[in-house]
Amino acid sequence: MKYVDEFREPEKAEALRRQIAKLCQQLAKPIKIMEVCGGHTHSIFKYGIEEILPDNLELIHGPGCPVCVMPKGRLDDAIAISQNPNVILVTFGDTMRVPGSKTSLLQAKATGADIRMVYSPLDSLQIAKDNLNKEVVFFALGFETTAPSTAFTILQAAAEEIHNFSMFCNHVLVIPALQALLNNPDLQLDGFVGPGHVSMVIGTDPYQFISQQYHKPIVISGFEPLDILQSIWMLLQQLVEKRCEVENQYNRIVQKAGNTIALQAINKVFAVRDSFDWRGLGEIPYSGLKMNPEYAQFDAELKFTIPNIKVADHKACQCGEILKGVLKPWECKVFGTACTPETPIGSCMVSSEGACAAYYKYGRLSTIGKKTTTEKPKITQEPLPACGMSLD
Amino acid sequence: MCLGIPGKIIEITNVNHKLAIVDIAGVKRQVNIACIVNEQHPPEACIGDWVLVHVGFAMNRINEQQAAETLQLLQELAELSN
Repeated sequence: MKYVDEFREPEKAEALRRQIAKLCQQLAKPIKIMEVCGGHTHSIFKYGIEEILPDNLELIHGPGCPVCVMPKGRLDDAIAISQNPNVILVTFGDTMRVPGSKTSLLQAKATGADIRMVYSPLDSLQIAKDNLNKEVVFFALGFETTAPSTAFTILQAAAEEIHNFSMFCNHVLVIPALQALLNNPDLQLDGFVGPGHVSMVIGTDPYQFISQQYHKPIVISGFEPLDILQSIWMLLQQLVEKRCEVENQYNRIVQKAGNTIALQAINKVFAVRDSFDWRGLGEIPYSGLKMNPEYAQFDAELKFTIPNIKVADHKACQCGEILKGVLKPWECKVFGTACTPETPIGSCMVSSEGACAAYYKYGRLSTIGKKTTTEKPKITQEPLPACGMSLD
Repeated sequence: MCLGIPGKIIEITNVNHKLAIVDIAGVKRQVNIACIVNEQHPPEACIGDWVLVHVGFAMNRINEQQAAETLQLLQELAELSN
């Protein structure tokens, strides 16, 4: 498959592994790199990337999985909408098994609610046209990658005057989440592997604050194994050279200014919420999207009465600490016992992009426990200096 | 969730609704090309373009030259390591 197979060649991966090992030796310190995107987390486990990295290099799995950060209360709201006998709730397959406070969408469907999975949000418009006596609601979620597709869906619904269609908008934004992470004193990171497909939409400029204000390097990365390894290599080069810049490994897809057509559609249809609740991270200011008043007729939050109740996570679930990289999945008390992909307590165990599900499915005993946040490496424990600063 | 798959646009099926057919490893599927068309890039000029497909939309064109340069760099690195 073009643009896929070329980026999976074992010889080149081995070359990158050697270069990464050399740079880690030069640094001779424990290095912590966060891959923000759940797609990267999935690839890292699927291809065993974590296993071939040096012992002093630790990957922290960040909060970039929209399913994992969806709060229970919003799930409950979607289920409440679906309980209306006149409603067909339409959503992506990823959301079906996420636990709300009492049930999931899949369980609600099993008990009679008309809930349908689609591949594209545009498919929900066809469902609306085929069911004129019903209200069709699209449960929209995802980062900036997915927001253009739902924005264009609203624009098409407006153009075709589809009045029995609305959207329950739960889109979230990457940059405020990164700011919240960087402001968290518990989190000590040396750099970021940046989200490739979010950046395809927003470009690379919005990440400048990471290097300028927080003095951390970030490399925007593709999703194939060679992409991720090359991005780690580029990050380590920056650390060795005491640089902190925004670099773009994924330049075959990501342009500096992003996709201006997609951004225009997002800005036309959506507005930024004052605050949005993230599972595990809590309320983050200006981190979510809502419908613009111009498209109020398509806003499910105005069309339906929803409970809008904030629900605390399960006491035993430590998804919050895992999303922040403070804990490893296997350090959670219920990992692999009470909480499994078949019976998830926390959302990190639901999505294939969640760190817990990835460890459960692909985790290797040789890796588990080898690199932990609590382990004291044999080499110096001093944190790396901020870019351009000496230890003196 | 942010999964994207490369595909090649082989046919424009509806200019008004900005719909096209992409070939993804032999599988043909309809996608929306609203994210990649404007006055400079009308729909009919998209045939033959490689794009990244996400949730039924062509989200961006794939830059062939940049991909080749990345692979060339990795090749040089591999030769350096041997």
